[in-house]
Amino acid sequence: MRSMRPLLLAEFTATSCIGRGVAPTLQSLLEQRSGLTRCAFETVKIDTHIGEVPGVDSQRLPKALQRFNCRNNRLAELALQQDGFFETVQSAATRWGRRRVGVFIGTSTAGIMQTELAYRARDPVNGALPSSFEYGTTHNSFSVADYLRQRCGLEGPAVAVSAACASSAKVFGSARRMIESGLIDAALVGGTDSLCLTTLYGFHSLQLSSPLPCRPFDAARDGISVGEAAAFALLERVPENLDVNSVLLLGVGESSDAYHMSAPHPEGLGAKRAMQAALNLGSMEPGDIDYINLHGTGTPSNDRSESQAVTSLFGPTTPCSSTKGATGHTLGAAGALEAVISALAIQNGLMPGGVQSTRIDPTLTAHYIRENRRAPVRRVLSNSFGFGGTNCSLIFGRAG
Amino acid sequence: MKLSAYIGGIGILGPGFDNWPQAAAILSGRQPYRSAPTGLPIPGMLPPAERRRTGRVVKLALGIALEAASNTEADATQIPSVFSSSGSDGHICHEICQALALSSREVSPTRFSNSVHNVAAGYWSIATGSMAEANVLCAFDASFVAGLLDALAQTAVDQQAVLLVAYDTEYPPPLHAKRPIPDAFGVAMVLTPERISSSMAKIDLVLTDENADAMQDAELEALRGAIPAARSLPLLRLLAMGAPGRTILDYLDVSRAAVQVQPCF
Repeated sequence: MRSMRPLLLAEFTATSCIGRGVAPTLQSLLEQRSGLTRCAFETVKIDTHIGEVPGVDSQRLPKALQRFNCRNNRLAELALQQDGFFETVQSAATRWGRRRVGVFIGTSTAGIMQTELAYRARDPVNGALPSSFEYGTTHNSFSVADYLRQRCGLEGPAVAVSAACASSAKVFGSARRMIESGLIDAALVGGTDSLCLTTLYGFHSLQLSSPLPCRPFDAARDGISVGEAAAFALLERVPENLDVNSVLLLGVGESSDAYHMSAPHPEGLGAKRAMQAALNLGSMEPGDIDYINLHGTGTPSNDRSESQAVTSLFGPTTPCSSTKGATGHTLGAAGALEAVISALAIQNGLMPGGVQSTRIDPTLTAHYIRENRRAPVRRVLSNSFGFGGTNCSLIFGRAG
Repeated sequence: MKLSAYIGGIGILGPGFDNWPQAAAILSGRQPYRSAPTGLPIPGMLPPAERRRTGRVVKLALGIALEAASNTEADATQIPSVFSSSGSDGHICHEICQALALSSREVSPTRFSNSVHNVAAGYWSIATGSMAEANVLCAFDASFVAGLLDALAQTAVDQQAVLLVAYDTEYPPPLHAKRPIPDAFGVAMVLTPERISSSMAKIDLVLTDENADAMQDAELEALRGAIPAARSLPLLRLLAMGAPGRTILDYLDVSRAAVQVQPCF
């Protein structure tokens, strides 16, 4: 069976409604604080809660990159400025060479909000979109990867992975293969998805968004809370001298449901296959996993399906929780955000309890934890699943 | 550093391109190129309920993927896949943005689920019953080589056959004026780590600073410049000619892909 060489998560950062950068994110997790608020975004009139990052629209982009100006790239820039991450990427470019660092960014809707706004400002006579509207550097899925590539001066292969809510988990797979192939030495990986009307009204139309803050695994759960986030990591080959506190990428597993565009496989077969593939690639057994960061969106069918998949593979005792009650479902950024949360769990010996949920659904057999647990966490499995039946599981572990 | 694989099993649809044998005759100069609106097949492999919901992106991607699968002895319907496209379904995107510009803001739930960039990969999995992984990429105008790189890395590193599906469709007005893709074009190919009986050629890819090759025929060159997936044409031409050669495919502003083609005989 094929296996992968572990990769080093050299640096990482995350910005979501629970904090800008890793320190406030960790603090929120320790305090079990949720960042979800009643939706007052833009002109949206939906009775729901969202995970909005404050200050995104006042974030400026460098003058030379103004054509990239949209909420999604402003959020990416805001996140890039946290934890000295921009400088980290710059020094990686110097260390490895600009051509030897790739860019792999997950997003589901990128800057589509620019197009939503442009459609409100069409020429009354000929219907044309305003001349100020730029498609390629805002709306297009590649725009955020292109922005980061140009912002950081990276010249290696660059791509956006856009597989709905598994997007920024899958970037770890693409980067892993590209590094292992020898084409690059390091990769800027991550995800950025920002609030927009398409997703808020879209999930509402599917009756998948909750009027309340989402309650993953709760008996009364009734849908997601859409959130936004940008989270990045620098992925490198493992150096000879490794700090024992370092976090490694140990496994990546991907699969397809072959079932339905917007509903998960009822028994979670695709999810199970992805988790098993991640274990296989990392040459691990289910018992090697200390904590599972669930996809846990808070819809009745998603959580039921995932719980079945988790239990069938790990049994009913491995502690697991969803952090989406705190952050909301950040869609294409969720995989990267939860990769950072997994890394924080490992470095700080923290299994974050799932917030918002008050009474766990007794029919869900996975061992869902609501209270924080402080205990050594050596290995974490993180799940991300999406529309189109796309599944990705990542395994992170402590170096020493 | 180079990436290598064997190519065999090609599917193609585009303006004036109906299938690989016909496209190969054109690209090798045995038949003149005559542009015509791209004909897209009904995806008969999907259950009727799903079939009704599919737009042009899905018809195109499934059409070329199926042709590629029929031209290889690798079981291309069950192997990992890489879907790469410069955009999602432009017509659905238009409908959603139009609905959101009205005060009622009624977004169709089916349109919303089909608006994801991985819509074609999702339907491919449903149609084939394959639970194998599908990567879904976008690199704007560089999407073809981005997909090829990902598929080659997967073939080389994981030593498994991979189906690459690269495709683009048009946006309707008013987005069309901002992203003027004229018609649908797509190419699918099966990459294998070892030579198999349907292998047409071995390819070796390296990134380069050299300029991209143009197509000799003015109309084909216009097509190469107009649709991102058609940046594959110089490679397809070499494969169609069955002759050894080297060609430079357009990729990012800072790099191109040099592909060495060695036919299998």
